[in-house]
Amino acid sequence: MNRATFDQKIGFGLLYLSILLTLFFLGSVIYFIAARGAGIISWQFLTEAPRKAMTAGGVAPAIVGTFYLTIGAVLVAIIPGIACAIYLCEYSPKGVAMNLIRVSINNLAGVPSVVFGLFGLSVFCKYMGFGVSILAGALTLGLLILPGIISAAQEALIAVPQSLREASLALGATQWQTIRKIVLPAALPGILTGIILGVGRAAGETAPIMFTAATMYKRGYPTSVFSETMALPYHIYALMTEGTHPKAQTAIAFGCALILLVLVLLISAIAIYFRQKQRGASYGGR
Amino acid sequence: MVKENVLKWTFGTLAYTSLLALLAITIVLFQQGLPLFGRVNAWEFFTGIHWYPTHDEHPEYGILPIIIASLCTTAGAMLVCVPLGVGSALYLNEIATFRQRAFLKPVVELLASIPSIVFGFFGMVIVAPFLQKLLHIPVGLNLFTASLILGIMAIPTVCSLSEDALSFVPRSFREASYALGANRWQTLTQVVFPAAGSGISTAIILGMSRAIGETMTVLMVAGNAAIIPKSIFDPVRPMTSTIAAEMGEAVIGSTHYHALFAIGLILFVVTFVFNIAAEMISRRFRIKLGLGA
Repeated sequence: MNRATFDQKIGFGLLYLSILLTLFFLGSVIYFIAARGAGIISWQFLTEAPRKAMTAGGVAPAIVGTFYLTIGAVLVAIIPGIACAIYLCEYSPKGVAMNLIRVSINNLAGVPSVVFGLFGLSVFCKYMGFGVSILAGALTLGLLILPGIISAAQEALIAVPQSLREASLALGATQWQTIRKIVLPAALPGILTGIILGVGRAAGETAPIMFTAATMYKRGYPTSVFSETMALPYHIYALMTEGTHPKAQTAIAFGCALILLVLVLLISAIAIYFRQKQRGASYGGR
Repeated sequence: MVKENVLKWTFGTLAYTSLLALLAITIVLFQQGLPLFGRVNAWEFFTGIHWYPTHDEHPEYGILPIIIASLCTTAGAMLVCVPLGVGSALYLNEIATFRQRAFLKPVVELLASIPSIVFGFFGMVIVAPFLQKLLHIPVGLNLFTASLILGIMAIPTVCSLSEDALSFVPRSFREASYALGANRWQTLTQVVFPAAGSGISTAIILGMSRAIGETMTVLMVAGNAAIIPKSIFDPVRPMTSTIAAEMGEAVIGSTHYHALFAIGLILFVVTFVFNIAAEMISRRFRIKLGLGA
């Protein structure tokens, strides 16, 4: 065996090792959460409120809270996000300014979520006076996922061939008719993927809601947008850092982590499936 | 025609509202963070080694240990996620069969969406006790464990983006190299990898940006002690977890409150610089490979 072949054997061996370690590490996260969380999940766990200082009972208020916060965040972000992308791609003049805006939006997508939490606390909770509430949390999470939704929608709109727009305009359609009947339907799968990924992110984030919306314990379900709420991700944190019965609380936290993991993975799987299908379609069309 | 204009204006208004809302984040951070320097000497803030913001008589606001903690955990995370992330990307691109790749690529993307609280919880309950027993160390929640978990968490991001960069390298590059008699490993390391190099650096920078801004994992796993670590098994407290742990109790308008915003501002600026760097490198990369800007 010559030197080059020997190097190749070693090199490929290292690459095998890295993919195996990657799958081992990430697989063990899922394995431990699933193995130790599965035992505690029951119908009661999903539908009852916590009892006995959070050492027994279920986590239904946290599940409902996460549901409200996520829906709220999407309601906040969806219309401005898509409108922003449509305006930037279809109406506004292209140029340096547009490029700058695109780059800033990309950058905001990378700003740490705890910074969004700080912003939400000072503006929504204090300055606007919403207090610690579902409204403040949903607005904060909505802002957090807004840049991602805008850039996904922008990418989807840019990917629509210019010839489609020109053909429609040449037939006498107005610009809005062209956007509504030609451009949006073609870009819809890409826009949807962006929104679904945003939903997954909003459901799993903890730092932005810990000072704006979440509370450790609340007996009933939230009654208005101004009430504070339990939420799955924050509940895991609270169970692990507060309270006096670590053993019982850890068991419940495993249950919460499993529910959250399954929820977020399912949502993201839908988005990735969509994206995979689009990729396939566009490769086939080339 | 009136309808057309109304719609254009509606879209414009919504677009500028969302852009303004995003701009407001930057403004509020500066507006709430900068007043700190009227009360605390900037030099003392950045180089002070004592962080006692709630001390009754002599509160001290030195964030050096906190900055060092962020740097160390991020550097440690890079040691884990760069070799494994880039290595896995090279595997997917070069060795994996078509079916393996079609399965593993989306799986890696899916794993990137696991919430950070899940990693933090896993690190706290499973990894920390395990390492504590294995290495005979006094506390399991420390710099080492935090770096490890952060690194594992960033692997999917680095891997997925690096693989994208590798798959942009035109097939003709490989074919030219094979035609010159190079084998697959030589082609991979001397042709494909350098061609994708700036794309891979972008992936690494974005992974780094994610690691330094990550909150829940370090809050739960790093041990939460604002001291300069003497060994990798000392507990630390990075910038993100300082904000998360103390924001709830800081009185509005107090020096402590502004200090936490100032830390948020530092985080914002650091991640902004990382993201701009990634953007610039990736643009050069696309031009180099003839993909257009």
